[in-house]
Amino acid sequence: MRVGTRSDVRLIQSLVTSGLILAFLILSGSQSANALPAFARKYGMRCSACHESWPMLNYFGQKFKDNGYQLMNDKDSPIWQNPSYWPVTFRMTPIWHRVSTDHVAVDQAATGVTRITSSGFDLSGLDFHTGGTLEKNISFYVLPSSDNHASFHFETVMARLDNLFGSPWLNLKLGKFELDNMLSEKRILTLTGNGGIYQLYHFTPVGDGNIFGKMGDNQLGVELMGHSFDDRTRYSAALLSSTDGNVGLPYGNAYTGFFTFSQAFDTGKLGVDRIGGYAMVGEAPTYYRTSGGPTGVLAGTGISNKSFHREGVFGLFYFGQHVDVQVVTQHGWDNAWFGQGYGDLINGAAANNNLPGTFLPTGSQAPTWNGVLIEPHYIYSPQLIFLARYESIRMSRQANGSGCIACGGSGFPSPSNLGNIATYTVGMRYNPFMTSRAGFAWHNEFNWLHQDGTGPMVGLSSSNINTNELLTGFDFAF
Amino acid sequence: MKTFKRLHCLNAVIGFILAAGFTVVRAQDAPDVGPHPAEPPKHMESHIGNITGHSQAAKSDYRRYCAGCHGDLGDGNGENAQWLDPKPRDFTIATFKCRSTPTGTLPTDQDLYNTIGRGLTSSYMPIWNTFSKQQRADLVAYLKTFSPRWEKEKAGEPIKVPAEPPVTIESIAHGKALFTKLECWKCHGPQGKGDGPSAPTLTDSKDQPIRPYDFSAGRDDSRFKCGSTNEDTYKIFMTGVDGTPMPSFADTIQPNDAWDLVHFLRTLQVHRHGKENDVLKAAGGKIPAYVEKSEAPASGSGNQGAGGQN
Repeated sequence: MRVGTRSDVRLIQSLVTSGLILAFLILSGSQSANALPAFARKYGMRCSACHESWPMLNYFGQKFKDNGYQLMNDKDSPIWQNPSYWPVTFRMTPIWHRVSTDHVAVDQAATGVTRITSSGFDLSGLDFHTGGTLEKNISFYVLPSSDNHASFHFETVMARLDNLFGSPWLNLKLGKFELDNMLSEKRILTLTGNGGIYQLYHFTPVGDGNIFGKMGDNQLGVELMGHSFDDRTRYSAALLSSTDGNVGLPYGNAYTGFFTFSQAFDTGKLGVDRIGGYAMVGEAPTYYRTSGGPTGVLAGTGISNKSFHREGVFGLFYFGQHVDVQVVTQHGWDNAWFGQGYGDLINGAAANNNLPGTFLPTGSQAPTWNGVLIEPHYIYSPQLIFLARYESIRMSRQANGSGCIACGGSGFPSPSNLGNIATYTVGMRYNPFMTSRAGFAWHNEFNWLHQDGTGPMVGLSSSNINTNELLTGFDFAF
Repeated sequence: MKTFKRLHCLNAVIGFILAAGFTVVRAQDAPDVGPHPAEPPKHMESHIGNITGHSQAAKSDYRRYCAGCHGDLGDGNGENAQWLDPKPRDFTIATFKCRSTPTGTLPTDQDLYNTIGRGLTSSYMPIWNTFSKQQRADLVAYLKTFSPRWEKEKAGEPIKVPAEPPVTIESIAHGKALFTKLECWKCHGPQGKGDGPSAPTLTDSKDQPIRPYDFSAGRDDSRFKCGSTNEDTYKIFMTGVDGTPMPSFADTIQPNDAWDLVHFLRTLQVHRHGKENDVLKAAGGKIPAYVEKSEAPASGSGNQGAGGQN
């Protein structure tokens, strides 16, 4: 009876899944949606003019962004817009997804761990984009963003002085903004929990306390950026507060630099290909002064800065009109103090505080790693794109080295592969229509992620994590 | 139980694949905005230097970048056209503003190629210099599929542009005299602000209101409709801007007269730093009255400019 009941439930689930897919098949012919994405509405251009597949930019869209959201014609100033024009775009994504993760610690499981699978309808957060020009060559972008419980934060708030002294080589941005990643995570084409970010942009070794080197997070600072008239050559140099974008000066007086340079080449029938490099070099505190006990960290008192860096190359390679491949590599290095968990504040408290007299455990060392991200796209038409991604991150030196004694709380050396990540994503996005009024995509995606040694029995090679997610939904902006 | 679990997963995955496949099938005749051409476009080529453009290769790019304004039929009736001023070009009549060829003739492939890469100021046509050369050449070929003129006629012969004579206060004065004599001011206004008495009445060849160019707004980075250099301005006089009230003066003025007119027009760009304004400033900021000398040669080129006749 019990088995029969569960069987019935699964049968119903299967039928619901089938019904859902059938509904999508029917709805895929939908032609409605008539709202106004901010920039397309301003200039009267289709989304596809700037987006290879919305929201990922194409070369023309990148140039538009680099010009401070200007086409560099005499329509850029807001004085040319209808007074009722308000540059706002909403983006939200209702989805159905199924997530399955193994090696989850569960009390009721005989072995203490089991696979957990859950599925259902869900929502993404809400992005509330507003941006454009305040005047010719003065642009802005504000993005209040919420999670799916409508808890808002400022994802982006920046103003930019464009074409200083009449030169595209000088543009100055101030505020909180996305770093100048040529492969933009904020314009990523994927939506699943693990596939919806670039692991490379957020990676920290197991037990590492450095949250400040996450180049995928929007950061607070100032950026000088420049490019040639046709955007073939571009550079940027940013000075950032080492706060991982958190406002209120919660850490200390430490700064990080982020630098990029790239050059695009006309490769004839292949298209315009770009190669370049980036480097993120910074310092962040490991010692926070306290008041009223060790948990009473005083905001902004972080000192004893330690260094970190990330660097890599990237390439955007086009192979005709239908195929392109995007590649990013990374070599990362964190100071040994970060490797032992110093740096970040967890809920306002310093889990590890580098108080005077603190010493690194014997055998601890600076963790290093290497990673690569490869993302090919097949653009069947401007309305339909297939994508795949492979990311691999391999630790090349663990913080808890072979001679480690009482390191990182575990007290023993880490396996060489601890924290290694491999993840695959495949997906497709179909835009039933192309206009300047709204963006709408039927999105389908599957992601699988594997990480070594981070299951409940952390540190054991047998405690690997495998998780996968199947997602389908409507991604729209208006 | 495991069998049911697998069935459940299999159901989801197969459904996913089926849905994706169905989408592909649908996308093959994906409903695009606007009507589709009744017949598949014929094949055309363009020749830009040693690059040969093929119209078939640009179909996707045209839909992605151009059709929103110019329309799928190339008739200038894309879904955004109703919001745009001036209206997008109608490729079906093959009348183009920016040419190196005489008025009434088809432009060269290079002219269209240059226009795509340069964009058109005072309009919504962007600077498409992010394309590869091959993409631009393919798009030129694609534009030629919209009008039968390209099958029946050849492009005009590009006009010859003599070397620009030196800028002198005399050439500027002569240009100003021509500006008055040729009644340029009636449309462009006495100060070149585009506010001449005829300006409100002007329409283009499709009866759409059109505004004369406002020279006074020009700054260092200013562009004319068909380019930014003095040579580009010279070509505008001598080829006209087809489809607009701006005529060709090729049969009216001589090449050196046209250069003088260019020099004068540059001085109307009062905020622009350039040799013309430098010469004017050196002359005290005032343009002297031009005194025509009957014995002066009526035409010439190179350094035999009108400015040297005074």
